[in-house]
Amino acid sequence: MSISVKNISKSFKTVNAVDDVSFEVKEGELFGLIGPDGAGKTTIFRILTTLLFADKGTATVAGFDVVDDFKEIRNHVGYMPGKFSLYQDLTVEENLTFFATIFGTTIEENYELIKDIYVQIEPFKNRRAGALSGGMKQKLALSCALIHKPKVLFLDEPTTGVDPVSRKEFWEMLKRLQQKGITILVSTPYMDEAALCDRIALIQHGKILQIDDPKEIVKHFPTTIYDIKAANIYKLLLALKEYKHSYSVYPFGEFVHYTDKREDFNPQELQQYLEANNHQNIKIEITKTTIEDTFMELAK
Amino acid sequence: MLPIIFVLPILQLVILSNAATFEIKNIKFSYVDHDKTSFSRALIEKFDASTYFNVIANFPSKKEANVAMAKGKVDVILEIPRYFERDLLKQKNTGISVAINAIDGAAAGVENVYINQIVQNFNKKAIVALSSPADMANAPKDIVTIPSFWYNKTLNYKTFMVPGILVLLVTMITLFLSGMNIVREKEIGTLEQMNVTPIKKYQFIIGKLFPFWILGFVLLTVGLTIAKVVFNVPIIGSLGLIYFYTAFYLLVVLGMGLFISNFTDTQQQAMFISWFFVVIFILMSGLFTPIESMPMWAQYVTEFNPVKYFVQVTRMVMLKGADFNDILPQLTKTVIYAVIMNGLAVWNYKKTN
Repeated sequence: MSISVKNISKSFKTVNAVDDVSFEVKEGELFGLIGPDGAGKTTIFRILTTLLFADKGTATVAGFDVVDDFKEIRNHVGYMPGKFSLYQDLTVEENLTFFATIFGTTIEENYELIKDIYVQIEPFKNRRAGALSGGMKQKLALSCALIHKPKVLFLDEPTTGVDPVSRKEFWEMLKRLQQKGITILVSTPYMDEAALCDRIALIQHGKILQIDDPKEIVKHFPTTIYDIKAANIYKLLLALKEYKHSYSVYPFGEFVHYTDKREDFNPQELQQYLEANNHQNIKIEITKTTIEDTFMELAK
Repeated sequence: MLPIIFVLPILQLVILSNAATFEIKNIKFSYVDHDKTSFSRALIEKFDASTYFNVIANFPSKKEANVAMAKGKVDVILEIPRYFERDLLKQKNTGISVAINAIDGAAAGVENVYINQIVQNFNKKAIVALSSPADMANAPKDIVTIPSFWYNKTLNYKTFMVPGILVLLVTMITLFLSGMNIVREKEIGTLEQMNVTPIKKYQFIIGKLFPFWILGFVLLTVGLTIAKVVFNVPIIGSLGLIYFYTAFYLLVVLGMGLFISNFTDTQQQAMFISWFFVVIFILMSGLFTPIESMPMWAQYVTEFNPVKYFVQVTRMVMLKGADFNDILPQLTKTVIYAVIMNGLAVWNYKKTN
């Protein structure tokens, strides 16, 4: 096991940030912590990267205990915090050299590992880190986190605030890193990114709701979801919530996602109900279940 | 930032050293002369001739003079009574009244001394002029005191203010910069990134503080150069000794800066706490008010003021030519202070919380 977390709890004053969390990440796995803001993702990261002591429970990273062997862990993990935290007044190259030196290595020694990423920012290597664009900063931060060839890579919301193209590129980079044998623990509030992980843990209010392969998680969803659309979405939402057989109703993009309590649900019936309520351009279709739907269901 | 670090202290040193003077000049002097004789005029001429007094008004009555004082137009009213000359001649004894604006108590005290000196001087000459030669023979010989000001012969205030202000500037800049430095890393998040690296605590702290140690020396050098070139302050003792002492002194200040940054989360907080200490250090350093005239408890408090020792040492070495043994008490206390301060700061600094 590359990362093993057993019954970890941590509270800040009155808030239970992490409540009895356990999970395991296999070697070379791309594991995602998926949850909304304030779910406790960053706290778990800070405990695993030895920045914070847990109140209860034990955890090991790369075989080392986070409390007893914290010095060893610091040699073997790469951490990229959610907030850009490199030296803004050093240039790209200086930052990289600086972190390589701290870890007792050189850029040349592990250049192979960061080559794919670094070539993209190399043209700007004499620019100060503070003057880089968001996507560039993130690539630099990833390079710095990888420069000492870590066994485990911690990425705390790496794609928050990054444009869709850069996000896609970033996940492709992660896949390539995974092939080089690096275990990656990544957190994200974006449900669409969850599908790209090997396994995910859905987390809310400091508790893990479910851990599984993203495909399995979706498969286990109990009922069928319908996309419903009408001229006035807001009125539609209210009408569906009032409908006596409705189980869950929530907006999803341009549609409203609807599930019914009954097993033998007939969309025709709903259509008539909505028409009776003066709705126009009604469209009802069966849709594919996504992780977001699962999360909404679990978080209910 | 770098030009600011150097230009501002230099400006402060040049401006403050000229402005922070205890001499009082241009005193607005007025008088009410009820006597109007050659004697009373001679007394007023004495004041006129002095560089400290500007005779600006002659009031016909005390009442008008008081109004002018209330309006702040005059600082001093000298009232010469009627028959001033006659009483002095006949009874060899008379009085004059002096009113001094004491809103600024320290200034009023100094003005009083100046006035007394002029009046006494005048008195002495008057006795000689008025006495017959026969009396002179019987008169007791005057005891004249000739003060001799050691280490600062001309009582030039710049000679003792410049080293003191220099010390303050070195302290302030190094404390502020070191105090805010690590806090800044907390603010921008780089501290967290550093904390997950295998870097050792002492390596990080030395790396953060060493530049400011060097900076302190550079500031001291610039300041000493200005003291010598611009203010011509004598440097009698060994410069090496000043630098030797400063090496330890800066450790105290840097330890304090580190300690402050351990307890604060933002640069504002760090700045506020640094100011709190700097103000106390300055006012209790003996630079502006002598420590001997503070209440007993305050004198004990000054024992914990590193600035006090630095002011003492620079003045002793620069003006008196003190050697290593002379500054040993101050040096010992500073070294102990440095060890305790840095020990606390390093012990308190945590990579994990």
